[in-house]
Amino acid sequence: MNKTINQKAWYFVIPVFVLVAFNAAIPLMTVVNYSFQETFGNNVFAWEGTRWFKQILLSERFHASLGRQFAFTFIILLIQIPLGIAIALTMPKKGWGVPVCLILMSMPLLIPWNVVGAMWNIFALPDIGFLGHSLNAMGFDYNFTQQPGDAWFTTILMDVWHWTSLVVLLSYAGLNSIQPAYYQAAEIDGASRWATFRYIELPKMKKVLTLAILLRFMDSFMIYTEPFVLTGGGPGNTTAFLSIDLVKMALGQFDLGPAAAMSLIYFFIVLLVCWVFYNLMMKNEAQS
Amino acid sequence: MKKYKWLVPTLYIIFLMLPIYWLINMSFKTTTEIINTYSLWPQKFTTENYVKIFTDSTWYMGYINSITYTVFNTVISVAAALPAAYAFSRYKFLGDKHLFFWLLTNRMAPPAVFALPFFQFYSSVNLFDTHIAVALSHCLFNIPLAVWILEGFMSAVPKELDETAYVDGYSFGRFFFKIFVPTIAAGIGITMFFCFMFSWVELLLAKTLTATAAKPIAATMTRTASTSGYELGLLAAAGTLTIIPGAIVIYFVKNYIAKGFAMGRV
Repeated sequence: MNKTINQKAWYFVIPVFVLVAFNAAIPLMTVVNYSFQETFGNNVFAWEGTRWFKQILLSERFHASLGRQFAFTFIILLIQIPLGIAIALTMPKKGWGVPVCLILMSMPLLIPWNVVGAMWNIFALPDIGFLGHSLNAMGFDYNFTQQPGDAWFTTILMDVWHWTSLVVLLSYAGLNSIQPAYYQAAEIDGASRWATFRYIELPKMKKVLTLAILLRFMDSFMIYTEPFVLTGGGPGNTTAFLSIDLVKMALGQFDLGPAAAMSLIYFFIVLLVCWVFYNLMMKNEAQS
Repeated sequence: MKKYKWLVPTLYIIFLMLPIYWLINMSFKTTTEIINTYSLWPQKFTTENYVKIFTDSTWYMGYINSITYTVFNTVISVAAALPAAYAFSRYKFLGDKHLFFWLLTNRMAPPAVFALPFFQFYSSVNLFDTHIAVALSHCLFNIPLAVWILEGFMSAVPKELDETAYVDGYSFGRFFFKIFVPTIAAGIGITMFFCFMFSWVELLLAKTLTATAAKPIAATMTRTASTSGYELGLLAAAGTLTIIPGAIVIYFVKNYIAKGFAMGRV
């Protein structure tokens, strides 16, 4: 659409601008403030320069939680994106199955995050949970509160349970926007199922898939509540992702300076990755 | 192969329903039964967990608090986002692209980063432990989202609609509320759904900004877990009840969900 140049449009944006600035700029400035200073309580501050940034960037604790975070995000993307596409491809396209699938699949998305954690905790407990009990009955030595591998397995399974539906819904919407003529043309050409997917469905889903990856990256990178309730970051620190580690540092140990520096580095990483994705997305939109 | 296609979504839905079933199963058991026996359904069926929640004000007030701030937030977000999304979809103005990306960055900000400054900030303006504080803090991620979704829907409406209305002598206000808003009603519905959803499921900020008067149900649950021992039955019942508002909302918007995602703007 060709848009008219109109500077008065700013008046329309003011409410949004004020509300978001009120919520984002002021707290962010507080964080920046802390990140350069040492506090002794009672509003006494001393200038520390970049000391906290150096300390965080060189600390092994930060490297470890950052590594865990990247590993987690990478694994869940690797599972959720293909799985989501596969489910969207096999979902019914019309009839009573559509609303049933949509309603049931959306359910996990609307459950408060700590309830998701609590639910999976109960579900996976080795003695009284269905998952834990079944796995142990099958001969696996499963206990997610004590064995790091099991804790990871449970956390990833929980995230797959919680968020794959978002990828399904997005892919499904992308598939629905394909005109039947494309499929007819493919049939006339005698295209195989794989070729239809590779050359018709996948390119048409490119936009929604970029969005799905972007959203899943952002949200899994910020994950806090669900693993906190499920494992509390344990056993040890094995499932302490960035947010969990950060909250522990800020509210648990009250190390405000290092916590603020870590916040900024953390935010910067998310911003950087999202900026790359956002530009890719806008480029796609400009092409189509 | 085509014959067995239904298996994939069916297995997936079974996988989704299992933990939910387990939660509901637990909620109808007594705590002693949960701890001592493993069973696929309640042996001694009891509703006492639910009775306790509906008669104890610390429990049911949690639900009322959560719903209150969620509704506040949805109304504020959509009301503020409507004119802004209109401006982004119709006009070019100084800094529009940067502003749009800046808004989106707030959707990307990890709430953990903001928890402590929010606490200090809302305390200093005497809004700590009020519904409005939680509703305002959730605007951080819901307003960018609302602007993004609404802008997608509004851009799909041809500009000729606006121009015809002006030729017919409509003022801007009358055009906007009498013609434009009804045209994008589906989009507004979807936006409200997503605002409701993200405000309802968020806990970190809601918990940080409240103590007693506006405490959300989710926080009541975590605090009960740590103070009065581990009352699993009660927790399961409270958890089951938190699923219901979401289920009701999904039922009403089911026909729009796929379409809303199709806008590619979530």
